[in-house]
Amino acid sequence: MKYIIRRIGFYLLAVWIAVTIGFFLPRLAPGNQTDSFIGRLEANGPLAPSAKQAIEVALGVDTKDNLFVQYIHFLQNLLHGNFGVSYSNYPQPVMQVISESIFWTIGLLTVSIVISYILGTLIGIFSAWNRGTAFDSIAPVATSFLASIPYFWMAFILVYFLGAKLHWFPYYGGYNTNFDTGTSAYYLSILSHAILPAITLVISTLAGWLLTMRNTMVTTLSEDYVQLARAKGLTNRRIMLMYAARNAILPSISGLALSMGFIVGGQIVVELVFSYPGIGYTLLQAINANDYPLLQAIFLIITLAVLGANFLAEIAYMLLDPRIRQERK
Amino acid sequence: MSPAKDLPKKIPFIQVGKTVLTIWKFITSNIKVTIGSGIVGFFLLVAIFGPMFIHNNPALYTRQINLSPSWQHLLGTTTGGQDILEQLIVGTSTSIFWGLGTTIAIESLGAVIGIVGAYFGGWWDELLTVLSNVFLVIPGLVLAIVLAAFLPRGSLTVSAAIFVTSWAYVARSLRAQTLSLRSRDFIVAARSMGERTWRILFFEILPNELPLVSAGIVNNFSNVIVAMATLEFLGLGSLNTISWGTMLYWAQVNAALIVGQWWWFVPPGLCIALFGAGLTLINFGIDEIADPRLRQFKSRKRKQLKKVTTI
Repeated sequence: MKYIIRRIGFYLLAVWIAVTIGFFLPRLAPGNQTDSFIGRLEANGPLAPSAKQAIEVALGVDTKDNLFVQYIHFLQNLLHGNFGVSYSNYPQPVMQVISESIFWTIGLLTVSIVISYILGTLIGIFSAWNRGTAFDSIAPVATSFLASIPYFWMAFILVYFLGAKLHWFPYYGGYNTNFDTGTSAYYLSILSHAILPAITLVISTLAGWLLTMRNTMVTTLSEDYVQLARAKGLTNRRIMLMYAARNAILPSISGLALSMGFIVGGQIVVELVFSYPGIGYTLLQAINANDYPLLQAIFLIITLAVLGANFLAEIAYMLLDPRIRQERK
Repeated sequence: MSPAKDLPKKIPFIQVGKTVLTIWKFITSNIKVTIGSGIVGFFLLVAIFGPMFIHNNPALYTRQINLSPSWQHLLGTTTGGQDILEQLIVGTSTSIFWGLGTTIAIESLGAVIGIVGAYFGGWWDELLTVLSNVFLVIPGLVLAIVLAAFLPRGSLTVSAAIFVTSWAYVARSLRAQTLSLRSRDFIVAARSMGERTWRILFFEILPNELPLVSAGIVNNFSNVIVAMATLEFLGLGSLNTISWGTMLYWAQVNAALIVGQWWWFVPPGLCIALFGAGLTLINFGIDEIADPRLRQFKSRKRKQLKKVTTI
């Protein structure tokens, strides 16, 4: 119990640090951050000083308060889910822009992580079980090669060969705009548009699961209880899955938590290549438009989500591994 | 004691020879390390000497636009008529040197934080450990992208953003190592002889961690290269510099993908992948040398082993 409280404390601290980084980020930007935005509005004609001030109030940058008061205001706004107004989608609030895109990202991410984790772990089990065979020498090296390819370049190759050349799968956007929302054709188009981005993510992340699983299972295979299981004459499948793999799976679960951040980072860039309407694509549009409030909010949302996922994974780890519970009692 | 102990200490040739021999032995000891070193060595040679063979400015626009590969332009030309092979060679140089510099900076910061925290213990350690752990759970690439987006565009920005977000792994592994070194006899002896603290840290402890640091450099190098290419691909790098990442950025901007100019976007990515694979192979080799359990049995031995277990 004391352990759980310690971990909760750690995550609260992590959230606070992330939020503070988020607060200071826009203050790193050179010059006055609203200038470029107001400049864009002034392209249609000069703005009256009062209008300028009204915009500054709307954007929340008119204050002459000192940094500390600004910080407190920032925290208050955050608690109310108020991230300000987006420059590039003015006058839409940032939260609305994000909520339109975040479900695309979560959907794609979850499906690809689940597929990649299961597939990678299974190949890892198989590889460790057949240690020293051709399969075991090739699979880890081949998947590591695939993993050292940048996600976005992998996406390029898939778009080029499976999309532009062979026309097997659609490679632009998240759904077919010709169909009405809610029809079955629309949902099918969502599915078909997710195939290439999902394949990209699965291929690029496979090696991590494979290697963790293989290397831990190589260790558990030499344990006495596996030897005992062999001596008892249990079937190979039972020894492989219920004895060796079951005891090797824990490190790969904590690996799942730690690599969440990497995968999210990779997905952001993959979304750009496919113009997939997720949060990553929104982030890139925000970069190109110098939309600082949107950038700040996206960083905070992604970071808080990853921290939450990590916390859940740790709880799951604790429930799964009786040794941790025992030790901490 | 090693036989080198009998030799006079200040003969540089012997020292250099010994180092070369050690490196050569390491490279040839394991097939994965041999192949990996070959690949990495090739890229390093191109990075160092390649730009010397390029006499025209590879960024210069010419009229020979969108050519497919031919004898004159082995990898064709871009939409701006720039020779892609020349760009690739210059880009290799930029990417590898910026990558190496950033990696070394990351290792140094991580080493200092890890060693200082573990050596002093107490509040310092608590603080630095929590800070490293927080940076481990915050999604690094996302922070790097956002950080670079707020700073002025440029190679230094990209490098700095990656530097800030990736030191935590190094700090954690070196902290663990320092904790185990701290109470060893030679450190206790140094302390009781009244050696200054910084001397103990950097002349007693650090040299003992150099193998870990160099393995970390091998490990981190490819991650840094990929991260830099990613940020540059997003247009956050300097657009006047030619590197693997900016080449891919321009290929994307000019829709090389849709037009089908594979000779533009395939080579830079392939270089990143090959270089990364080379480093990964070296790393696999280091793991196998360090942990004999991961080593593969020769197939005959394995068969014998199976026989024994079935009996």
